[in-house]
Amino acid sequence: MIKFFLMVNKQGQTRLSRYYEHVEINKRTMLEAEVIKSCLSRSKDQCSFIEYKDFKLVYRQYAALFVVVGINETENEMAVYELIHNFVEVLDKYFSRVVRHSICYEIASFKTS
Amino acid sequence: MPAPIRLRELIRTIRTARTQAEEREMIQKECAAIRSSFREEDNTYRCRNVAKLLYMHMLGYPAHFGQLRICRVLLGQECSCSDDCRCLFLCVQVLCVHTDWVFFFVLFYSDLNHSTQYVQGLALCTLGCMGSSEMCRDLAGEVEKLLKTSNSYLRKKAALCAVHVIRKVPELMEMFLPATKNLLNEKNHGVLHTSVVLLTEMCERSPDMLAHFRKVSLVPQLVRILKNLIMSGYSPEHDVSGISDPFLQVRILRLLRILGRNDDDSSEAMNDILAQVATNTETSKNVGNAILYETVLTIMDIKSESGLRVLAINILGRFLLNNDKNIRYVALTSLLKTVQTDHNAVQRHRSTIVDCLKDLDVSIKRRAMELSFALVNGNNVRGMMKELLYFLDSCEPEFKADCASGIFLAAEKYAPSKRWHIDTIMRVLTTAGSYVRDDAVPNLIQLITNSVEMHAYTVQRLYKAILGDYSQQPLVQVASWCIGEYGDLLVSGQCEEEEPIQVTEDEVLDILESVLISNMSASVTRGYALTAIMKLSTRFTCTVNRIKKVVSIYGSSIDVELQQRAVEYNALFKKYDHMRPALLERMPVMEKVTTNGPTEIVQTNGETEPAVLETKPPPSALPPAGQANDLLDLLGGSDITPVIPTAPTSKPAFAGGELLDLLGDLNLTGSPVSAPAPQIAQPPFLLDGLPAQPLFNDIAAGIPSITAYNKNGLKIDFTFERSNTNPSVTVITIQASNSTEQDMTDFVFQAAVPKTFQLQLLSPSSSVIPAFNSGTITQVIKVLNPQKQQLRMRIKLTYNHKGSAMQDLAEVNNFPPQSWQ
Repeated sequence: MIKFFLMVNKQGQTRLSRYYEHVEINKRTMLEAEVIKSCLSRSKDQCSFIEYKDFKLVYRQYAALFVVVGINETENEMAVYELIHNFVEVLDKYFSRVVRHSICYEIASFKTS
Repeated sequence: MPAPIRLRELIRTIRTARTQAEEREMIQKECAAIRSSFREEDNTYRCRNVAKLLYMHMLGYPAHFGQLRICRVLLGQECSCSDDCRCLFLCVQVLCVHTDWVFFFVLFYSDLNHSTQYVQGLALCTLGCMGSSEMCRDLAGEVEKLLKTSNSYLRKKAALCAVHVIRKVPELMEMFLPATKNLLNEKNHGVLHTSVVLLTEMCERSPDMLAHFRKVSLVPQLVRILKNLIMSGYSPEHDVSGISDPFLQVRILRLLRILGRNDDDSSEAMNDILAQVATNTETSKNVGNAILYETVLTIMDIKSESGLRVLAINILGRFLLNNDKNIRYVALTSLLKTVQTDHNAVQRHRSTIVDCLKDLDVSIKRRAMELSFALVNGNNVRGMMKELLYFLDSCEPEFKADCASGIFLAAEKYAPSKRWHIDTIMRVLTTAGSYVRDDAVPNLIQLITNSVEMHAYTVQRLYKAILGDYSQQPLVQVASWCIGEYGDLLVSGQCEEEEPIQVTEDEVLDILESVLISNMSASVTRGYALTAIMKLSTRFTCTVNRIKKVVSIYGSSIDVELQQRAVEYNALFKKYDHMRPALLERMPVMEKVTTNGPTEIVQTNGETEPAVLETKPPPSALPPAGQANDLLDLLGGSDITPVIPTAPTSKPAFAGGELLDLLGDLNLTGSPVSAPAPQIAQPPFLLDGLPAQPLFNDIAAGIPSITAYNKNGLKIDFTFERSNTNPSVTVITIQASNSTEQDMTDFVFQAAVPKTFQLQLLSPSSSVIPAFNSGTITQVIKVLNPQKQQLRMRIKLTYNHKGSAMQDLAEVNNFPPQSWQ
């Protein structure tokens, strides 16, 4: 089960967060800070799956944006990895050209339009 | 009040912020503007404000103040414009998770029956996300109705909503059951996907549902769908890097896994399709690998035939050789799951797994280490250990503790020879000494004691190890214990296995003293070192004075533990010098404590001869075959029934107090602070009856005392006490007095009891009974009588009287009933 879906930039600022389980708002910031720290400290040739507390993180980097998904152990990590890529591709096709800041920009308007 | 800015402008402004603080400022300003706009009840820009709230929430800032406002708005007005409705719903969904707003119910009901499918869809989403269990219960009927509509968009949303409803209220599962019959007949992949999720959720939550679905032949349907997916050609709307809808394939495989677990029929039905997927999927792209991974997991979980399992493991082996880190990680994880069941197949890939130990990635290293430990067996233990020791040298600190424990376990199980075992342990201690777990030290000590022929070699190696560096505490503890025990072997220079080194007694004492003084030594380590020095006083011949000096210095140490030990050892030198050799002699071979009964160690009391090492088979709790047989068994064959040395924790009131402590100290290998589980197997019940309180404050229930023996001027009286805390323990105090004109010297009292009892003899107050009844020897016996049988005892007395050695055997039968009932 997917627990949360985050998009974070390289400076550590959250650009998009969606939680599928109830997490209090102050705990969210703490969680995001720790998750970001562990993702940013990884090098290019390291595996994209991190074990964090009692669940796993799957992350993928697109230019200066990190997409991080938290999953529990019943989920297929590679399928989620592909899902992230699929999602970004869909956004790309929909907005015909995906640039780093336009992702968050467009998502916001997409969600509300 | 100027019109509130549009969302796009807000985003643009925020993007210009250079620092986090600036961004926060802008957001706060905007929040204030929204708040004032809400207060003015300005409805025209409601939608805009709500959208901005949503955006701010997305960025992670608190946006709760909008909640109440939104709810009021939603309730108050009819949502004329669907745009309005949509954004309000979204807000509710995102902002108000898990709140119990009863008045939403009305809203949902009306919206679920709305004409526009988008509104209905939104209502379904919101209900799924934030509906409480009461709301779900009430609205489940509506959801179920929507599951049956012909509109595939709605069916998709309804299925997902049903998943959430089931998660919150599992009892409602039966309600959705009839609707599931037709769900898999859809062409639309969206509906298909969500239906599979719904079915998976139902099967995971309820075994009844699982049985139902197996009966209803869900498996053939799923197999058919999967086949279509694989066989169908290129379909542009479902294609992801050349594979048709991989996400649906993965979901179906997972559902098949749940259905096939522990069920032969279903497993058989899916064998073919699994083989087909495994062989036909393209592995050049990551997507294909994801599907293969899921397939492998499924094959491993169901009752598949062996050919299929071999295929799965080969796929995993191929993954291991792949360059991509993710794939290797995934392969290692799955192999770990399967190594229990398919051990031999995994062994084939052992060399690749061992190579992964050298990988740079932390997650992969951890997995490889766990897998390597699982793969060690009698044949490959030498090679694997070499690799693992090398890994221990170079790995990160977070792994070292686990790796060290794993190596110890594996070495214990599969050691080809004692020398190899000890070498491996030494290697671990020297490389990862400070990460070794605390309980490893007593285990190691026991191991070393047990390998009798290796003592000289071991002590020599340990000595060399701490000569250079004594900062690693576990190593130093083990080394000082060994040097204390086997110091004489070290100094005498006999060692067959290695080149013997020339060590003088002074050098050994030097190293032990530096351990004592060093700032790096923990308090426990110092305790070990001090006890070791003390033990050497009997093993070394020329340096006893030096030892005496060291021990007396620590008599005023700040550390209470050290001080106590030093004072007691000092007492040993001064007042009890005659007992010193006996107390400090070589430790007997320790056996592991097994749960079904203690193995006993025989040690006579107070004698200066070396201890007799006899281990009797554990007393079985069988009922006495006949009374006569019990007594015949006693004292038969010159064995003395187990008389176990004193318990460590008590401080009895009489003179032998310090000695008891010393004995206890030594017996427990010198670290009562951490109090490891007794290595000398002492029956646990007697120790239970001996809590930290002093021995004799139990009620003396007025049990009459008896004269057990009275012959040749020697009289022995028994007085009884029953323990408060343990009713099956009887404490007997014997008093021996001498009415003749000459003293009886070297008096030794021994006792034996029938098999169903257990006996513990504490030290006597002295070994001389003065003449003319001018003094007595007291000694304490503890008898454990769990079956409350009549107490019987045979006693053996030896002493010197008037220049000749006397010995007598007697039986004591006149125990009062209160002493054993």
